[in-house]
Amino acid sequence: MKASVIVFPGSNCDRDAAVALEAAMGSTPKMVWHGDSELPDSDLILLPGGFSYGDYLRSGAMAAHSPIMREVVRRANFGTPVLGICNGFQVLTEAGLLPGILMRNSTLRFICKDVRLRVERNNTPFAAQYEEGQVVRLPIAHKDGCYFADAATLYLLESENRIAFRYCEDDGAVTGAANPNGSSGNIAGIYNETGKVLGMMPHPERLVDPALSGTDGAKMFSSFVEALH
Amino acid sequence: MSGAAGAAREAQALSEDLIAEHGISQVEYERLLKELGREPTLTELGVFSVMWSEHCSYKSSRMWLKKLPTTGPQVIQGPGENAGVVSLGDGQAAVFKMESHNHPSYIEPYQGAATGVGGIMRDVFTMGARPIANMNALRFGSPSHHKTRHLVSGVVSGIGDYGNCMGVPTIGGETNFDPRYNDNILVNAMCVGLVDANRIFKSAAKGVGLPVVYVGSKTGRDGIHGATMASAEFDDASEEKRPTVQVGDPFTEKLLLEACLELMSEDVIIAIQDMGAAGLTSSSVEMADKGGVGIDLDLDQVPMRETGMTAYEMLLSESQERMLMVLKPGSEPVAERIFKKWELDFAVIGTTTNTGHFVARHKGVVEADIPLPALAHAAPIYERPYEKREPLPVIAPEDVQAPPSILSALERLIGSPHLASRRWIYEQYDHMVMADTIQRPGGDAGVVRVHGTNKGLAISCDVTPRYCSADPFEGGKQAVAECWRNLTATGARPLAVTDCLNFGNPERPEIMGEIVGAIEGMAEACTILQFPVVSGNVSLYNETNGVAIPPTPAIGGVGLIADLTEMTDMALKADDDVILLLGAEAGHLGQSIYMSVMEDRLEGAPPPVDLAAERAIGDLVRGFIKAGTVTAVHDVSDGGLLVAIAEMALAGKRGVDLEAAPENLPAHAAWFGEDQGRYVVTATPGHVATIEDVASVYGVPVRVLGTVRGDTMKLPDEAPLPLGMLRAAYEDWLQRFMTRG
Repeated sequence: MKASVIVFPGSNCDRDAAVALEAAMGSTPKMVWHGDSELPDSDLILLPGGFSYGDYLRSGAMAAHSPIMREVVRRANFGTPVLGICNGFQVLTEAGLLPGILMRNSTLRFICKDVRLRVERNNTPFAAQYEEGQVVRLPIAHKDGCYFADAATLYLLESENRIAFRYCEDDGAVTGAANPNGSSGNIAGIYNETGKVLGMMPHPERLVDPALSGTDGAKMFSSFVEALH
Repeated sequence: MSGAAGAAREAQALSEDLIAEHGISQVEYERLLKELGREPTLTELGVFSVMWSEHCSYKSSRMWLKKLPTTGPQVIQGPGENAGVVSLGDGQAAVFKMESHNHPSYIEPYQGAATGVGGIMRDVFTMGARPIANMNALRFGSPSHHKTRHLVSGVVSGIGDYGNCMGVPTIGGETNFDPRYNDNILVNAMCVGLVDANRIFKSAAKGVGLPVVYVGSKTGRDGIHGATMASAEFDDASEEKRPTVQVGDPFTEKLLLEACLELMSEDVIIAIQDMGAAGLTSSSVEMADKGGVGIDLDLDQVPMRETGMTAYEMLLSESQERMLMVLKPGSEPVAERIFKKWELDFAVIGTTTNTGHFVARHKGVVEADIPLPALAHAAPIYERPYEKREPLPVIAPEDVQAPPSILSALERLIGSPHLASRRWIYEQYDHMVMADTIQRPGGDAGVVRVHGTNKGLAISCDVTPRYCSADPFEGGKQAVAECWRNLTATGARPLAVTDCLNFGNPERPEIMGEIVGAIEGMAEACTILQFPVVSGNVSLYNETNGVAIPPTPAIGGVGLIADLTEMTDMALKADDDVILLLGAEAGHLGQSIYMSVMEDRLEGAPPPVDLAAERAIGDLVRGFIKAGTVTAVHDVSDGGLLVAIAEMALAGKRGVDLEAAPENLPAHAAWFGEDQGRYVVTATPGHVATIEDVASVYGVPVRVLGTVRGDTMKLPDEAPLPLGMLRAAYEDWLQRFMTRG
């Protein structure tokens, strides 16, 4: 399997993503600079977390216009799986690959902590090794993670089964108390129409190693390695 | 070309007021005239002002700092560079330093704290290290003071936004609330980086005719005279100093970090220095002085953010995210390509010379021409008079009232501002980025893995200001010992410390006495614990209208865990584990949190630290951890023994069934006394005899405290305290304080 990690100025989870990919794939992913316009042959494109361009305009807004993003969008439209984590999710919404937007957290503060997520769908390259309805633990670390979309879009996402994960309680109950950032419908991640583009605020790459107090992120990596190799 | 004498001739005579405004005393001005051999220009006066400021010259503390031990087989670089360096074995080294940003953070908490974090990270990556962990030590005023919430909120988001954007985890720290910080908060930031031991970069510009290169952000008018401000007391007009606070841009610093590390992988840098306090002046003077050369700056080449800035303003600006480098001749294109890639400014702004002078030209005029020794070495060193205070009496346990019930007192203590959970703070810091955080905030020390290895670094920041205030010498000892103890509690071998010495006005003998006492106490502890000081910072004049902060010598320690499988944390692990106390008990309640919370007073001598015993028990505990004899370890500090046990219970989500306190002490003194040099450990029942046997060989007292069991804290003859209630008390205060309407 071949993977590419896009590096924007201000990306800071690019190494973490590359380490997790390498552990799952057994080979080194390509690190692709945002200013490039050519993308190597890739079975998976990963947009990592961070603060691309300092997130000074609007999170992900500048990065969505990087030269490389034209190629990412083209590949995505041809069916190459794309995973956007945290800032990567923000870039995907700004680039139009996913609907909605990530607003400032309802607390107005940065939040870094483990959250519980309910797996809403598993028939995708990213989630095949999770069970539907399974509760997993992954960290979030963001200031702009409040998912917002208009009612029509939310209805579409629900009816097309495009919600990937929702913030939930330990027992899977989707409650207001379990919603860390005010996201509509407790949405933590969504798919595009084909299920091949996933954007999510939580960081699966941060919990793939038994030394790091959890491995719930590892199954996402092994899922797509299994599906795409 | 006009010479310096010409510039001096053109200079107007400087008024006494102007000289005083620059923080230069009459005696110092006479010294300046002697060094220069003439009247200075205004620009030169500004340059002297910052270079001779307390902040840059350490003129009040230098002679005492020499007492601190700075060497050891693990030390690669001691004080004097941008940061200290210790060996981690296998060709790797840790680079670290702690620095204050107190004055700016009080005036403008968000930017003050943010740029403090930015500055300390620059110190670390200037040496070629990638920052891998940040910590901070914060002191705020009373929770009831009207400014406290505003300051906490601004400081925490400033620290968070900077570190989070940089992608460096902030893995812990400490926060105190005390009315004596009402008008002078302390923001001390620490950064630890990782470097290959043979790829360390330093600041000596050795060689003549070499290009001096400016990289990073453009220069603006922010932060002019920051170093001078940080060397003066506050008064009622201090709010007017807001323009002297710098403005941070973490995105640019992230680019600067990556660009510098990329350039460092090429063999082109001779010397590098970040532009921190006193900006272009300090960085160029230090590089030239250390290299034994002169330096000639052409200020017309400096990348500017604003128009119309004078040489004076350019030399004294503290605009952030800037670096100065001396490159090998001919390597400018390599460097320029890298900095252009990262969209950063790059300009050759000068050369090294053989004149031994610091020369700055602007628009064809020599604005400053000063012999370097006058700036770097002729700064006055003061042997200021000092008074040590009489030791306070030791307060007997019986003289502090017993509570109605021990467990209700525990609930009150752990829900107090002293001990309540700092979750509201650390959840605003990304503490997991880089995916190597092994122990997250909330434990004895933060632990990060050395990337790609099975080694770990334990990091802790410690000082107990109320002890230092009562007895600077014992307090200085205790700060070092507690830091050493916190590292030990993870299983780490403590390597070295950085210090951040925060005090009031050294021109007052009683404050100077605190400085001397604290440094002497630290020196004794660092020596006996073989825990040398490799870097640090001194922040004086932390006082307002003549009221000083408590002496606060913050200690940042780094320890090495050689094998992460031989590590512990404080969480209780399994029912039926036996809980033991290692260390001697005296029930010392003077200056304790118990006394403060229950009786609203802080009196008497602080608990003494027996450094020989400290060392023995620490080595013992580390041995137990390595051998896998213990399942959890926590040191006993603020709040005493029962608070330590409660913290272990909360972390492990398990209850405890405790035995009665020993009969020779009042129960509240046994449970809440803050005797030093103690650890609580747990072990499976089968290991208890081993622990008792080995401890007796080391001469360390052992007492069985009880058993891990259930979901309450139980003491004989008291109603059990459910963990849920304990947790609610622990988690409630700060969250409620910061988010109430």
